[in-house]
Amino acid sequence: MSVISYILAAITVGGGLAAVLLKNMVHCALAVSLAFAGLALLFLDLDAQFAGFVQILVYVGAVAILVVFAILLTRSSETPKDGGVFSPTWLAGLVVAAAVFAVIGWAVLNSVGGLSYETAVPAVTVQQIGQELMGRYVLPLEIVALLLTVATIGAVIVAMHEKEDAK
Amino acid sequence: MVERLDQLFVLLSHWLVSFLPAGLQQAGGILIGVVVIVCLYPALFAIAVLMERKGLGRMQNRYGPNRVGPYGILQPVADGIKSLTKEDIVPLSADSAVHFLAPLVVVVTSFMGFAVMPMGRNMVLVDLDAGLLFYFAMGASTELAVFMAGWSSRNKYSLLGAMRAVAQMISYEVPLLLSSLAVVMITGSLSLTKIVAAQNSYTGIFPHWYIFTPWGFAGFLMYAISTTAETNRSPFDLPEGESEIVAGYHTEYSGFKFALFFLGEYVAMFSISGLGTTLFLGGWSAPFSFLTWIPSWIWFFSKLMLSICVFIWLRGTLPRLRQDQLMNFAWKFVLPLSLLNLLVAAMWRFLGDGWERWVFCSAVLLVAYVVVGLQEMRSDHFGPRSYRYVE
Repeated sequence: MSVISYILAAITVGGGLAAVLLKNMVHCALAVSLAFAGLALLFLDLDAQFAGFVQILVYVGAVAILVVFAILLTRSSETPKDGGVFSPTWLAGLVVAAAVFAVIGWAVLNSVGGLSYETAVPAVTVQQIGQELMGRYVLPLEIVALLLTVATIGAVIVAMHEKEDAK
Repeated sequence: MVERLDQLFVLLSHWLVSFLPAGLQQAGGILIGVVVIVCLYPALFAIAVLMERKGLGRMQNRYGPNRVGPYGILQPVADGIKSLTKEDIVPLSADSAVHFLAPLVVVVTSFMGFAVMPMGRNMVLVDLDAGLLFYFAMGASTELAVFMAGWSSRNKYSLLGAMRAVAQMISYEVPLLLSSLAVVMITGSLSLTKIVAAQNSYTGIFPHWYIFTPWGFAGFLMYAISTTAETNRSPFDLPEGESEIVAGYHTEYSGFKFALFFLGEYVAMFSISGLGTTLFLGGWSAPFSFLTWIPSWIWFFSKLMLSICVFIWLRGTLPRLRQDQLMNFAWKFVLPLSLLNLLVAAMWRFLGDGWERWVFCSAVLLVAYVVVGLQEMRSDHFGPRSYRYVE
């Protein structure tokens, strides 16, 4: 593990910790975007170019903005008048994050036995990813597209219903 | 001789790097490329700002700035000195950390786009296999910085301007990506150097640029509309128009931070025009086969500055679109047409060579344009005015 991997891991973990510990909600959202960017850089460090760039495009470019809008349009964006940088429930946040990490880590470590051992780093090009998506994984792709369509229609219906109610 | 003029900057960079020890040479080459990009594009920014003010002035039947140098040539120097020496005012209740970071993030993500752009033959800083994806990833990061700027100013107008700007940028990002996707489909690669190389051949004297095909022409028009909206330029500049919302998300920025926002906006304009020339206008290839003796980088920068002139022309000519007109236009007109453009590009590829594919593809696109346009213009029903109040 080179020095760069350690630095990127520090950035990602720092962003995640800040997201859990800070008081101001929008600061937390920006810290989680930093964690996403750190993850993308880790993907790039592992030579997974497509995954890294798509992580930035989707997570930082869309999911982070979604989170920020959700915080803005609800009440939690009001700034706390008393000082202090850390939120009063920081211990609960850390405990929950550690518990989720433990569960996911246990699941991943238990399933490692089913994977084949790779001896060399496979060089994956975008063309191979495309062919796999259109060939072997076309059914999950279509199911995900259907799910996104359902979510979009649901969002439109929720927003439209509000407008009719107000008038 | 022509060859050496074409590769002038590459040879210059190799000569400079040869003074370094062998281990540092690759890093030295990259460093030279980065320094050139960071110095060149702000210089072009100064020229573009001057062109804009003079050009807009002439279009509005007045002179532009003409006091500072002969014909106002030194106006950008005066602007730079002013922005450096102005007092930097930060509102008392503003979130100072985020307020400070927002212009930095805008400028950094705008400059990152140049890393994958081929500015001449063999003149690309990083030749990524997924270059186009990297470019759009950097563009997506700019939106978060715009939101940071608007929210941290603790100003209602800034927040409103930032939310409008982000909504507009997200809405137009989809047609932007879809119109670029047609180019990727036909070329078969996401790498920008391969896309330029695919356009670098000639039949007779005419080039094989993608803009000279039906799907390429429609794609270029939609790409141009989407880039004008992505960079918040007129006629899509509701988030930052002075008469609408003071100055939108950069209201509370003064002095050099405002200059950084301005720089970021123009650099984003340059990089997205550069991407447009790479995808549709053939990048660094010459327009006619008898003009290939002119160096490739001259063609790239000429096309880039031509795109900037078209942006300035649009700004001086068209009125501003209202927010709901803007969003309707994106989701109901440009997006369906860009999806249809993908289909037409596929038909182009599979109909084989010959005159049939020209006629068929052009006919499909024209009919769709007329039908969707008429549909959109018809569906404005104006009833009695209704009010919605905040509960």
